[in-house]
Amino acid sequence: MIMTCFVLLYTGMEKIDAAVAELREMDDLAALESPVHSLHPLAKLLTTFIYIFVTVSFDKYDLSGLIVMLVYPVLMFQASGIKMSTCFYKLRIVLPLVCAVGLFNPFFDKAPMLSIGALTVSGGVISMITLMMKGVFSLMASFIFVSTTSLDAICAALRKIHIPSVIVTLLLLTFRYVTVMMEEVSVMTTAYMLRAPGQKGINYKAWGSFLGQLLLRSMDRSEELYSSMLLRGFNGEFSYADVPKGRLADWLFTIAASVLFFVFRYVNVAELLGNIIMRG
Amino acid sequence: MIRFDHVSIEYEKGKRVLDDISFEIRDGESVGLIGANGAGKSTVMKSLLGLIPHEGSITVDGLEVYKENLSQVRKKLGLVLQNSDNQMFMPTVLEDIMFGLLNYGMSREEAEKKADGILSKLGLEDLKYRHNHKLSGGEKRMAAIATVLAMEPDAVLMDEPTSALDPYNRRIIIDTIRGMNITKIITSHDLDMIMDTCSRVILLSGGRVAADGDADVILRDKELLESKRLELPLSLQTR
Ligand SMILES: Nc1ncnc2c1ncn2[C@@H]1O[C@H](COP(=O)(O)OP(=O)(O)OP(=O)(O)O)[C@@H](O)[C@H]1O
Ligand SMILES: [Mg+2]
Repeated sequence: MIMTCFVLLYTGMEKIDAAVAELREMDDLAALESPVHSLHPLAKLLTTFIYIFVTVSFDKYDLSGLIVMLVYPVLMFQASGIKMSTCFYKLRIVLPLVCAVGLFNPFFDKAPMLSIGALTVSGGVISMITLMMKGVFSLMASFIFVSTTSLDAICAALRKIHIPSVIVTLLLLTFRYVTVMMEEVSVMTTAYMLRAPGQKGINYKAWGSFLGQLLLRSMDRSEELYSSMLLRGFNGEFSYADVPKGRLADWLFTIAASVLFFVFRYVNVAELLGNIIMRG
Repeated sequence: MIRFDHVSIEYEKGKRVLDDISFEIRDGESVGLIGANGAGKSTVMKSLLGLIPHEGSITVDGLEVYKENLSQVRKKLGLVLQNSDNQMFMPTVLEDIMFGLLNYGMSREEAEKKADGILSKLGLEDLKYRHNHKLSGGEKRMAAIATVLAMEPDAVLMDEPTSALDPYNRRIIIDTIRGMNITKIITSHDLDMIMDTCSRVILLSGGRVAADGDADVILRDKELLESKRLELPLSLQTR
């Protein structure tokens, strides 16, 4: 949280406003209509879990097997009408971090793996690439889930699988209050900038008092927001939009997708296709 | 009936914001709560809903305002906060209006019907699916009022309901307030609005009740008002 504040302070107000808008745009994306949007949230959640589980379980040298897993997110993006570029744009801060994870593998694992002509590729390079792919694929699948399902529906789905109400409410409120805090930052930076024209970012000398103020203001606002929830009968449990009963199609989707994932996992489809083409 | 009996409140030790205040508001009365900035108007309203701890006794329909009774008291009273930003927390206006209704066990269809009713009564049909964070200050205020009125409270407390509104919406709110046959407590610096909507006025100053009586009498008392940093309502000012 504190880190976020520092990053926000440094970036200045237009960017904060943009960030608030961006967070809120997720609501807009979730309000679109498509076959993916209308899938049952629980079915989507499960499928996403299974997808990530299978993706992560690939052998670290199984590059050709893993590549095939890309089919799922790509198809889902197609079907949902959400551009893949939106996903990469929104995840632009996380993506490099995920990719950085495998960066040192090439230095530790130098055993040659395969050679293309005169070029020998070491195991470390392969495992670096697969690790990055696992991260990116999982992010893509999660993004598809989050951007095609409203926060309300996500929470309702989590409640359905008996995640405790405290945790679900916490998730919901965190999301709601993060935007409150960011708005506060935006208002305060605006006030600061108006009285410090020509200055880029906020002078480091002011950071302490700025952060203190921010904390107090966000607390005050959250407190008042929370009281107005209490005033309207909030008792710790949100009444989420009724999640309709899953249709057969929803569960068929989950089952079919999962079967596919496991096929991809245990049959090397890329190799198989290659063989068929070579023979034919 | 709402009763303040020797109520004192301090936010910080030793600094009394309300100092031994007593008054009674009967069912169906419409009371204007006026006073300079910082006189304690918002404090009175919040304490009535048990949002701030107090000394002395506050009762609503005989129920003491304290922990055990809070949910009952709050069900009876609807509060429109001075700052509407802090009143709305759901993504859209419709969901915000429905939030309270659902908490009190109404079904979704019923709640939406009720929301539609209140929106059309206030002429806000356009706001129904709008996102709260994309509303103007005045639109937000109107929506906040809708969320409270939809709950059909026995008494409504409005903290500066018209402060962000254009003349047209101000008029709608005044007419709506006048049309409601429930207990109303309204704070405002818009004394013309108070005159239009309230039959009784309580004037706060320095944490005490400086005057309590007929709106017609108090709002015409130039000397009294000016001694408490207020002015005659515009419609009574002659030059
Ligand atoms: N959270 C708080 N902590 C400390 N002091 C507070 C707090 N809220 C209000 N006060 C103080 O209590 C006094 C009364 O505040 P209150 O908000 O009730 O005034 P008000 O009559 O509503 O004023 P306004 O017309 O400006 O809305 C003020 O002097 C204010 O500084
Ligand atoms: Mg006030």
